[in-house]
Amino acid sequence: MTVTDTLVPYPEAVERYEPLMGLETHVELGTRTKMFCGCATTFGEEPNSQVCPVCLGLPGSLPVVNRMAIEHAIRIGLALNCEIASWCRFARKNYFYPDMPKNFQISQYDEPLCTDGWLDVTVDGGTVRVGIERVHLEEDTGKSLHVGGATGRIHGADHSLVDYNRAGIPLVEIVTKPITGTGANAPEVARIYVTELRDLLRSLGVSDVRMEEGSLRCDVNTSLSPRGSGVWGTRTETKNVNSLRSVERAVYFEIERQAAVLDAGGRIKQETRHFHEDTGTTTPGRSKEEAQDYRYFPEPDLVPVAPSRDWVEQIRAALPQTPAELRRVRAEQRIAWNVSEADMTALENAGALDRVAETVAAGASPADASKWWLGELARRANDAGIEVADLDITPAQVARIAQLVSTGTLNDRLARDVIDGVLAGHGGPDEVVAARGLAVVSDEDALTAAVDEAIAAHPDVAAKIRDGKVTAAGVLVGAVMKATRGQADGTRVRELILARLA
Amino acid sequence: MELTRMTAAELSAALAASEVSATEVTQAHLDRIAAVDDRVHAFLHVAADSALAQAADVDTRRAAGERLAPLAGVPVAVKDVFTTENMPTTCGSRILAGWHPPYDATITQRLKQAGAIILGKTNMDEFAMGSSTENSAFGPSRNPWDLTKVPGGSSGGSAAAVAAYAAPLAIGTDTGGSIRQPAAVCGIVGTKPTYGGSSRYGVVAFASSLDTPGPFGRTVLDTALLHEAISGHDPMDSTSIDAPVPPVVAAAREADVSGMRIGVVSELSGDGYQPGVLSRFAEAVELLESLGAKVSEVSCPHFGYALPSYYLIAPSEASSNLARFDAMRYGLRVGDDGTRDAEEVMALTREQGFGAEVKRRIILGAYALSSGYYDAYYGKAQQVRTLIIRDFDAAFGQVDVLVSPATPTTAFGLGERADDPMAMYLADLCTIPSDLAGNAAISVPCGLAPEDGLPVGLQVMAPALADDRLYRVAAAAEAALVGRWGQPLLASAKGLTS
Repeated sequence: MTVTDTLVPYPEAVERYEPLMGLETHVELGTRTKMFCGCATTFGEEPNSQVCPVCLGLPGSLPVVNRMAIEHAIRIGLALNCEIASWCRFARKNYFYPDMPKNFQISQYDEPLCTDGWLDVTVDGGTVRVGIERVHLEEDTGKSLHVGGATGRIHGADHSLVDYNRAGIPLVEIVTKPITGTGANAPEVARIYVTELRDLLRSLGVSDVRMEEGSLRCDVNTSLSPRGSGVWGTRTETKNVNSLRSVERAVYFEIERQAAVLDAGGRIKQETRHFHEDTGTTTPGRSKEEAQDYRYFPEPDLVPVAPSRDWVEQIRAALPQTPAELRRVRAEQRIAWNVSEADMTALENAGALDRVAETVAAGASPADASKWWLGELARRANDAGIEVADLDITPAQVARIAQLVSTGTLNDRLARDVIDGVLAGHGGPDEVVAARGLAVVSDEDALTAAVDEAIAAHPDVAAKIRDGKVTAAGVLVGAVMKATRGQADGTRVRELILARLA
Repeated sequence: MELTRMTAAELSAALAASEVSATEVTQAHLDRIAAVDDRVHAFLHVAADSALAQAADVDTRRAAGERLAPLAGVPVAVKDVFTTENMPTTCGSRILAGWHPPYDATITQRLKQAGAIILGKTNMDEFAMGSSTENSAFGPSRNPWDLTKVPGGSSGGSAAAVAAYAAPLAIGTDTGGSIRQPAAVCGIVGTKPTYGGSSRYGVVAFASSLDTPGPFGRTVLDTALLHEAISGHDPMDSTSIDAPVPPVVAAAREADVSGMRIGVVSELSGDGYQPGVLSRFAEAVELLESLGAKVSEVSCPHFGYALPSYYLIAPSEASSNLARFDAMRYGLRVGDDGTRDAEEVMALTREQGFGAEVKRRIILGAYALSSGYYDAYYGKAQQVRTLIIRDFDAAFGQVDVLVSPATPTTAFGLGERADDPMAMYLADLCTIPSDLAGNAAISVPCGLAPEDGLPVGLQVMAPALADDRLYRVAAAAEAALVGRWGQPLLASAKGLTS
């Protein structure tokens, strides 16, 4: 079957029609065990090796709710600024399909766990607030493999195989409110929303959110309204949208396709459509008008879920910062520390951001703090094959070293020796300085004597300097530094040499 | 004394004193089954080998001086709705013929742990839907009082096995009366414990919010012993109650009703009740009063709506629970000849695998849950259920227990109601309210109806988790009645002697 849809070029389509979107995102939770039984949830195991009477739906078996799944769902709800129900129930969604062990799915219907939240996303420098209608829990189905036939779908297949390892894995469904007013940006908003949601879920530690493995799956509802009409059109639901880019392309395609249907005086059919990665098009699936009645009713095998307020508040208090907050803090830090974007990225990659912040808090200048952590300390961590944060030196000690340098007690070379001492466990910076006698030689008489000695030892060099070849002073500075075992202030030595030979 | 005539309590004592071995007791019951079950058809599967192996194990452990539970070595028959790892489990349905579950129900496990000897699996109405066992795909059971009569249902096989002395104890399930009604018409004792008091894990579901496993025995004490052995919290069943098991055995031994407030439910009598049932019931109430109980009449105004409410809720849940029987993973598969797709195979299997009553209830339930009808049917029925619960709450504010006849009539003839679903449903008129409310109820024999000489059951109902009150009242009535009759009621059953 080939369907060639007439399309209206995108700019024209969004000029005449206002798009409306809704996104339904399914997320497999990263719990160790399944939603209603103790089976493992490891991805990619031998088919039907992670099953038991409960997730196979054997006669007589009963579900028991996984508390960790509830906790994860509450965590997601709170991160999405939702209300958490004080009492809610599971419901049965009844339909027949071979990969559904019980021929009903335990889901939530009119009593979801989380409702009425939002997620802000940044598009073109502006903020779009995407409303969240609900977040609810359900169980995943098994996975069918249809062998033979042209479409890879059940109809026309020679035979089908079902793997129930996935059956009963906890799923969270996150449903947006209708997203309006995005105009031509609609496809981009959809993609950025899913991206932001994915990053948020990852930061919460509730899922590995891998679209390619199906642990994050997206259905996109799209409809069009003729501009100025105030009337919303019929929506289609596009499934099989399995990458961030596909989310954007699916919306884009549906806008072009629906605009053409409407332009021709046609009517949009309320239907499920399948997205095709290869062509970027959608084709019709099951028509909603002939769709079955799911006969939802409260799941009688489970008792209601009633999370206590204390528990919800404990979960809220333990929420990590969201990616958006982290980005904002990072931007503020970068400006405050006055480091380049590249250095900021380097600090992040080295896992040293917190260390820098703590070093600044301990009194070092942001520039010094980032210089030491990015340079000397990153190098040593790298040599030792460990994380920067695992070095045996505290931010306070780094701040103290920076202070000793800025007051002239140490130069950079001596500071490196002090770091060696601290890392070797010889105590804090002050103890190492005292123990090794590492302080810069600041006795002018001693320095002057050393300078004179160096001039006497290198008459040819001294002559060049007198002739104006100031760059040759480096040789004499080096000699003085050697004589003082590196403990002289190089800048001061240079000044003294130049004064003597002026 | 003949081993099969002994009560479970007597067997338990004899076994504990090593006067008899578990193997002898088990063999005696297997012999009895062999002698009578071709006439009674109480069993769908007799597990002779595993029963004898279990008995030998009990004997070995006892000989080794191990302390064993009271039911160790006592035989028990199990309704074929409980999963059993080493026996088939069919639920009386063609669709599950030959299915061997890979796991034991919690109650199966608890029986095994207690050392009770599982004799086999008993006949039942298909998926527990019915009041006569005539809906079994494998033929009906017969009433040991009169083989032309039904033993009640759906746990008719369990009740018939106990009444036929084929087992001293049996396990059943009660969803709308499926323990109490067969107990009543077979002249034995049967209890529906508090919902959640006995685990549903491994009970093939009919109506999840109603299904309640419970015990049968020939005496109140025997029934209490089995009740106690199977009860208690089960983490595998979310609706299982995490509370101590009510002291049912102690209550059965005390058998004292003096000072107890007993309410007679006014709505459970009158038109449609057999006169002999009402007269025996009235005598039982007078007897309880004479034993020191304070009897009053109590009105439960919404009980009249219990039956229609039940016939919306139970089929609704059943329509969903039975959806899993689709030929894909286990059980019957029809039409898989390479020409049909999965949906056709599912449909053909269900068409041929389910009996008429099961299909009737699936269709009824699917309709009641369908969009546009949900509020008017399922939703309304749940509201009525709440009103019935309130009726009970109000009644239990005034009295300690409620009493009524267990059934409107005595056992009816095989085939008599088979083509009249409404007449069949009325058999559960008195038992359904307690199922809807989830509280506890028992049926205990209270005499024979003069017009047909068949047993009548007295129903006692108690609040949730007050199951011990049932046994206190039933044991008091039993003691006084048996004293009056001079022998247990069942001793006058003639169905298997003629």
